[in-house]
Amino acid sequence: MQTKISRRSFLKGGVAAACSVAATSVPAVAKTTEKGQQLATLIDVRKCVGCEACVEACQESNVAKFPQPQKPFPKMIPNRVPVEDWSDKKDVTHRLTPYNWLFIQHATVDINGEETELNIPRRCMHCSNPPCVKLCPWGAAKQMSNGTARIDSDICLGGSKCRQVCPWKIPQRQTGTGLYLDLLPSMAGNGVMYKCDRCYNRVAAGHAPACIDACPEGVQTIGPRNEIIAKANAIANEINGYIYGEQENGGTNTIYVSPVPFEELDNAIETGQGRPHLKAVSDQMADGNNLAAAMLIAPLAGVAAAVGKLYKNVKKTEGKEIN
Amino acid sequence: MNRLPLTIAGTNPIRVIYLMTLFGLVLSGFAQMPIFKRYYIADIPGLGWLAQFYVTHLIHYLAAIIFIGISAYLLVDYLMVRRKQIRLSGSGYLRAGLLAGLLMTGIMLVIRNLNGVILPSGLIIFLDLAHLGLVMVFLFTAVTCLMLKKRWTTTR
Ligand code: SF4
Ligand code: SF4
Ligand code: SF4
Repeated sequence: MQTKISRRSFLKGGVAAACSVAATSVPAVAKTTEKGQQLATLIDVRKCVGCEACVEACQESNVAKFPQPQKPFPKMIPNRVPVEDWSDKKDVTHRLTPYNWLFIQHATVDINGEETELNIPRRCMHCSNPPCVKLCPWGAAKQMSNGTARIDSDICLGGSKCRQVCPWKIPQRQTGTGLYLDLLPSMAGNGVMYKCDRCYNRVAAGHAPACIDACPEGVQTIGPRNEIIAKANAIANEINGYIYGEQENGGTNTIYVSPVPFEELDNAIETGQGRPHLKAVSDQMADGNNLAAAMLIAPLAGVAAAVGKLYKNVKKTEGKEIN
Repeated sequence: MNRLPLTIAGTNPIRVIYLMTLFGLVLSGFAQMPIFKRYYIADIPGLGWLAQFYVTHLIHYLAAIIFIGISAYLLVDYLMVRRKQIRLSGSGYLRAGLLAGLLMTGIMLVIRNLNGVILPSGLIIFLDLAHLGLVMVFLFTAVTCLMLKKRWTTTR
């Protein structure tokens, strides 16, 4: 049997559920801001019916942030630099694009012998130590004190390094917009990178992100990271389930809970450009940060070598004097 | 004139390692910007790693470790021993100052990269631009000094 809930069937009565979720989210957002802790979201995969109300809400809520590229695009030098243009495909919702920061992945899996369709909302994971932010050469990608990773579209030059270093290749490029047009449009830069900014302006005003508010099933919960982790573990224990995001890339601020292992989900979902995987991910910044410890020892080694040399010279001179 | 102790680094292996380290730092540093792939440099056989951001990140850190170690050695050696015979020239002070600036901004960026560290975004932009600006001025100064045969130090 295949369990599949249509979009229409559950939209009825959804508003009430959405309101109740919104009511619980607001204090959680406020609480985190007070504590200065990182804010995390819990995504309970069991609950998502794939209605895409969140996807629609995300687009509606963030439409003012979407790119408005100028055409024709400047000629690129060299001409192998790829143009990425989504401005005529704004209604694409089956993958991440500069105009679609959240989409639903579908997986058909076996749960206790029953073929079940699971729906997985996917967007930026908001890593605790985000490589997109830390490795951006200009500081255009930023991490806010509540852990939100966002790309400043006024500064981003669209070189797409953030996408290359992101373990899930989340940020998406739109050519023909942004600061590069005012610098050397043919020689450097290629637009602006876009991704979920966790509705930072709504959160700053004390509201929950639009996708959380819009969900009729209460799939997502937002709150201080330690509380979200505790909640995720409690659910996982209760259902004998699995967690994704607690350890991935050294820990993220998006925690998924699923009744089936994530390797199984990863095999069942469609992945590729704009469609992130669900594989295990090691901490991408760890090697560098381990080397940072060696940087503390380096000056001591240098000083020791210089003192050692001086000591040897003094000894030599003393030796000569005695002779 | 006794020309032997005229440079801080001297003509010893330390000078060679120091120059190689600086070259490695500059190359891996510029590789932090997405330019080597775009301009075919990473297509040259053997240079593909220049377009791998995590690899160049590690190389930059490794070169920085060697740079910091040698700098500390040269500084202490200068203060304790060589200061009696030589002193930094004007261009030596300029180059040392620029390297110190690069070191300070670099250290701040290493701290920024640590888990759990969230620096203000304005400070990060300043550090990124200052680090890049300083290396440009340093390269210009170093090449000028080389052409004009300006030494780091002079005899007392
Ligand atoms: S998932 Fe990717 S884009 Fe999102 S914060 Fe992590 S590294 Fe950045
Ligand atoms: S948090 Fe905001 S920006 Fe991110 S997916 Fe949800 S609605 Fe979109
Ligand atoms: S998260 Fe909620 S709103 Fe989004 S598709 Fe799933 S059920 Fe619908």
